[in-house]
Amino acid sequence: MNKWVKLGVVLVPLLMLGACGSTGGAKKGGGAAAPGGTPSTDSSASTSPFGSGSGVDVTPLPGAGGGDTMAAMDPLNDPSSPLAKRVIYFEYDSNTIRPEDRATIEAHAQYLAQRGNVKVALEGHADERGSREYNIALGERRANAVRDVMSLLGVASSQVSTVSYGEERPAVLGDDESAWRMNRRVELVYSGQ
Amino acid sequence: MPKLILRLFAAASLLLLANSAHAVLSFEITKGVVDALPIAVVPFGVTGDPLLPVDVAEVVAADLKFSGRFAPLPRKDMLSRPSEGSQVNFRDWRLVNVESLVVGKVNRMGVGYVVQFQLFDVFRGVQLAAYSVRSDADGLRRAAHQIADIIYETLTGEPGAFSTRIAYVTVENLADGKRRYALEVSDADGYDPKVIVNSAQPLMSPSWSADGNRLAYVTFENKRAQIYVQDLQSAQRQLLTSFEGINGAPAWSPNGRELALTLSKDGNPEIYVMDLASKQLRRVTESLGIDTEPAWSPDGKTIYFTSDRGGSTQIYRVAASGGRAERVTFEGSYNARVSVSPDGKYLAMITRDNAGDHIAALNLQNGALQVLTDGRFDESPSFAPNGRMIIYATRAAARRGVLAAVSVDGRVQQRFSAREGEAREPVWSPLRQ
Repeated sequence: MNKWVKLGVVLVPLLMLGACGSTGGAKKGGGAAAPGGTPSTDSSASTSPFGSGSGVDVTPLPGAGGGDTMAAMDPLNDPSSPLAKRVIYFEYDSNTIRPEDRATIEAHAQYLAQRGNVKVALEGHADERGSREYNIALGERRANAVRDVMSLLGVASSQVSTVSYGEERPAVLGDDESAWRMNRRVELVYSGQ
Repeated sequence: MPKLILRLFAAASLLLLANSAHAVLSFEITKGVVDALPIAVVPFGVTGDPLLPVDVAEVVAADLKFSGRFAPLPRKDMLSRPSEGSQVNFRDWRLVNVESLVVGKVNRMGVGYVVQFQLFDVFRGVQLAAYSVRSDADGLRRAAHQIADIIYETLTGEPGAFSTRIAYVTVENLADGKRRYALEVSDADGYDPKVIVNSAQPLMSPSWSADGNRLAYVTFENKRAQIYVQDLQSAQRQLLTSFEGINGAPAWSPNGRELALTLSKDGNPEIYVMDLASKQLRRVTESLGIDTEPAWSPDGKTIYFTSDRGGSTQIYRVAASGGRAERVTFEGSYNARVSVSPDGKYLAMITRDNAGDHIAALNLQNGALQVLTDGRFDESPSFAPNGRMIIYATRAAARRGVLAAVSVDGRVQQRFSAREGEAREPVWSPLRQ
């Protein structure tokens, strides 16, 4: 969390600067770089809303080595990236992905497909109604639904793990729909985050 | 009559507080039968050491009251206090309308005790039972439960379940937003709770072995679902399953040799049976839906389970050897989490209506489904080993999870209250062997 905040503060102005320069070019470059898995400085372009990519000149921070530059570029740490959204919500007793969540899952899938070494855990949850073990099964269905979309979008199965906590770890305590809808969810947890 | 709240006291075992004489679980009877049998349990006489750690007669009376079938006479209404049969004047007890009378004595014997008691039919003026129960130094409470079992069985013709235990999960929401989960075992009256295992990650679905010596449970301590089996005496535990996906809903077979469980390793949740000696798995369900929460029939031949294969969530049954499953419940949109009565005639389950999730009992002989409770979030029913009561989880004020029990006919209800945090997923142990 500390790192996330720090990077957010330091880097956002830098990326914004780059985005002003070239918008269309960045997207094109990112798209081409993705399938080959070329250096991450390029591939990060397509998932960043600011279009920081091959067409953009990013200056490493003083004293930062190559590895640090890569970390600095990681759109996962960009609070305005679609990747900042890490929770997908579901309707009651449903594992259908809602249309409004597709873009989020696609952004994560794209990010993962471009980085074979990055792993994500999909944690499925349910609201408190119904039996506990049934809710474990329901949470797994939801995690699997997100996993299956990611898989279709080219994410390797080795990058994605699923676990269901059912109703055991509610995000919000409460016994009405306002709490329940926050608890019927899949959380995307990147390793090391 | 004032609502009787028994404050039960127990040392919080792991906190090691010398002065922690507080109840971790207490219970109150929220609904009793009107025709409870009036009984008097006279304070037991003491020879030798006058300072006993346990008031035996008080524990016996509390047990009998807890069953909902007895109304013990308050001590202040007792006209005399005999401690052996020769001192009993039946007229004293007929005057206060007591039908049964228990008198007894506690004798110090070496480092332990010998408790003698007699049970009388007041109106006929005859002795119905007389026993001597030995206990070691810290076994006096257990002896009291055994005495209550004998009295209960003598007067009702059914075995008592006071010497049994319950396992349940507690959860504490900590100030820093984290949670603390624990699996605890206490006496059936809520006394003497002991933490079996605790974790910052969820613990779920405890299941007693047939001999009452071990518990199987689900833990997420390794950030995935795993089933462990733990010996209660030694606290030694063994990792049983850690497959990809769900490892859940363990259910010990009546003969103790197998464990039914839910695994999703082959794609979606299915019921399997593991031979505990060889660790061989046999798959018993086959559907595209959710199959989970297996529960054995007492003869070990049938497994009841929850499935949404037909569109709504219902109870099904399948031969323990596998094969075609058939649907058991047809009323309502959601029936789940079966507990089978010890005689195999009833299924306790969660059933849903517009007001929420309640506990219901399905009579397997005539197909009648009786809703027994009226909570919104009642769940995890578990039959007492004598089949009289069903313990389950419900909600008290402020969403707090507490344990409660209801008789199979719905006429008796009790509530256990955890002093702190929440209690859930109660499971009643087998009778002590």
